[in-house]
Amino acid sequence: MTDTEIKQATREDQFAKLAAAIQNHKGERGALMPVLQEAQSIFGFVPQDVQVAIAKGLDVPLTEVYGVATFYSQFALEERGEHIIGMCLGTACYVRGAQKILDRLSSELDVKVGHSTKDGQFTLNATRCLGACGLAPVMMIDDEVYGRLTSDEIPAILAKYREPKAS
Amino acid sequence: MEKIKLTIDGVAAEVDPGTTVLEAARSIGVRIPTLCYLKGVNEIGACRMCVVDVGGRALQAACVLPVSPNMTVKTSTPEIREARKTNLELLLSTHDKKCLSCTRSQNCELQRLCKELGVEDDDRFKGVQNVYEVDDLSPSIVRDNNKCIVCRRCVAACAKVQNVSVIGPVGRGFKTQIASPWSKSLSETACINCGQCIQACPVGALREKDDTDEVWKLLSDPTKHVVVQPAPAVRVAIGEEFGMPMGSRVTGKLAAALRRIGFDRVFDTDFAADLTIMEEAHEFLHRVKNGGVLPMITSCSPGWVKYCETFYPEFIPNLSTCKSPHEMAGALIKSYYAQKAGIDPKDIAVVSVMPCTAKKFEAKRPELSNGGLQDVDAVITTRELARMLKEAGIEFERLPDEDFDPLMGESTGAGVIFGATGGVMEAALRTAYEAVTGETLERLEFKGVRGLDGIKEDTIHIGDLDVNVAVAHSTGMASKLLDMIKRGEKQLHFIEIMGCPGGCVNGGGQPIVPADVRAQVNPAQVRAAGLYGEDESKAVRKSHENPEIKKLYSEFLGEPNSHKAHELLHTHYTARPQY
Repeated sequence: MTDTEIKQATREDQFAKLAAAIQNHKGERGALMPVLQEAQSIFGFVPQDVQVAIAKGLDVPLTEVYGVATFYSQFALEERGEHIIGMCLGTACYVRGAQKILDRLSSELDVKVGHSTKDGQFTLNATRCLGACGLAPVMMIDDEVYGRLTSDEIPAILAKYREPKAS
Repeated sequence: MEKIKLTIDGVAAEVDPGTTVLEAARSIGVRIPTLCYLKGVNEIGACRMCVVDVGGRALQAACVLPVSPNMTVKTSTPEIREARKTNLELLLSTHDKKCLSCTRSQNCELQRLCKELGVEDDDRFKGVQNVYEVDDLSPSIVRDNNKCIVCRRCVAACAKVQNVSVIGPVGRGFKTQIASPWSKSLSETACINCGQCIQACPVGALREKDDTDEVWKLLSDPTKHVVVQPAPAVRVAIGEEFGMPMGSRVTGKLAAALRRIGFDRVFDTDFAADLTIMEEAHEFLHRVKNGGVLPMITSCSPGWVKYCETFYPEFIPNLSTCKSPHEMAGALIKSYYAQKAGIDPKDIAVVSVMPCTAKKFEAKRPELSNGGLQDVDAVITTRELARMLKEAGIEFERLPDEDFDPLMGESTGAGVIFGATGGVMEAALRTAYEAVTGETLERLEFKGVRGLDGIKEDTIHIGDLDVNVAVAHSTGMASKLLDMIKRGEKQLHFIEIMGCPGGCVNGGGQPIVPADVRAQVNPAQVRAAGLYGEDESKAVRKSHENPEIKKLYSEFLGEPNSHKAHELLHTHYTARPQY
């Protein structure tokens, strides 16, 4: 099988799983939320064709699916990177300069907040309070917490996660 | 049912259980201010303008608060007035306040409340503003979210009244905006262009695509012979734009006004409505006799037609192939009239004045053309014509009554009632009855298809035929009816569907009636009464008896559904994607 064929097969498999999830919840009150959640876990995010499939499958307007998907920050509309960065913008972190660090992350990665890098390695998010105010300013990369950050530390931290460039 | 007694601002009131405090207050002459409230359509208590004091801990939203026995309501304490003012100031803080050039100035619910509550734009909550790109890509509707107050009245109209749902809240918190999925332009969605969202909008965030400049240009072009035609529903509505009572019949003034602003010929879409009846009634009888697809469904309403093409493509074979009246008129103006007047059709421009925003989209359909010329060159709504007349300084209410121009200006009562739900059906039945039986129809009124019930049904005896007819208005009601047909619950022969609730009289291009007036009177009912009055006042009330229609067939078209009629007056439809 070629790469394209493999991708195609995986995608068909993912849509089959989505169809099953829709069948499971169809007719329930508030079926949209659980189906969107399952779609996110199947695909990793909820792109346009997935939302259309949900709208058709549950017989709800696409507008409603999209409205819910954009209301809750847990749903990603774009493919997420391999590593998810969550920079805390809670009050404590904010007053200790979290915005500056977020700006640095954004410029180092050349990506806007809420989006993923072109190479698919990182997704940069701003989050609410992570509950580690004593370490402010704080960020998380995947499950790792980084505290008392300064913006000059950012390149070194990111380097740990970057895939070595093919030489 | 036992009434509920309560006190509002010290005045005793007695209302039915289930009545809201808002309605109860209205019954004793107190108008509680509202913004997001649209009776029967959007009752969500979101904007908090209607807050009242019922003695609880917090102020309550009167629009969603049912009355309870012995309730004591205060509607205007200093605390309430302050809360309402603050709400308005917050809304204003991110509202584009270009009132002077706004189409809704002086008919804007936000502007009115600011004036009534004494709220100045003093930038009390100056801060970040959302700035949005204006979506003006649709041929019918412009969406300007810089003016939007996120009240969701348009969302409810699109979803609940029309069952279209192409707009909804997107995002969260301060950044919430009303938009289509992936912020697509309305022109890229399944929007049917009906404009009911415009009718629902309290401010200027939704408006018709303005084509008045194009019409002014045509009028000042010496090489163009510009022919105008107003739809039936315009004559019972445009007076409202000039301060006349709702539903005033101003047919003669309308003809005079169109002549005054410089149109070379003033024809009447009512004439073409009579023609539509000739074609449609005979198409129906042909389908019945020859085992054609039934039920046949009317195709006058371009909002409904696009809805059918998009959401119910399986019913496309049921759609009458008749073009809508103004398109028929356009095709004839550029052939029949051009010939008679000795004018090259290329030098003729046809302008339609319509109660409808979807007609703007319809006029651009490539199939509605002949020899490379579109049947209709420009469509303006009732509101746009009123703006042009005001711009030209015409004192509409003082104009004399004039007639439409001959050849395509004569109409019957049957053509007039096209503007109200059930009107096309009634007009078609008047003609079909006499065509089949050869007898004179004694009682012209088919009351069973009149009125504002969402779906109306009747069985009409025409000779040996028992014709089962149904009438639906609003695409929401249309979808209910079509679903019943799909489930095999209805055996119908002939259906009239109009895209807007109440029919064209309440179309998306008609004068906008504020929510608090709509809560008291239904403009569709009042304006329809004007049309039925005009029908009764006409000497000729059956389309096939219109002398100009007879002349058209004998001198130009031959028979109804003739080859020539098909070429000029009939069309076809295309299934369209929903997403």
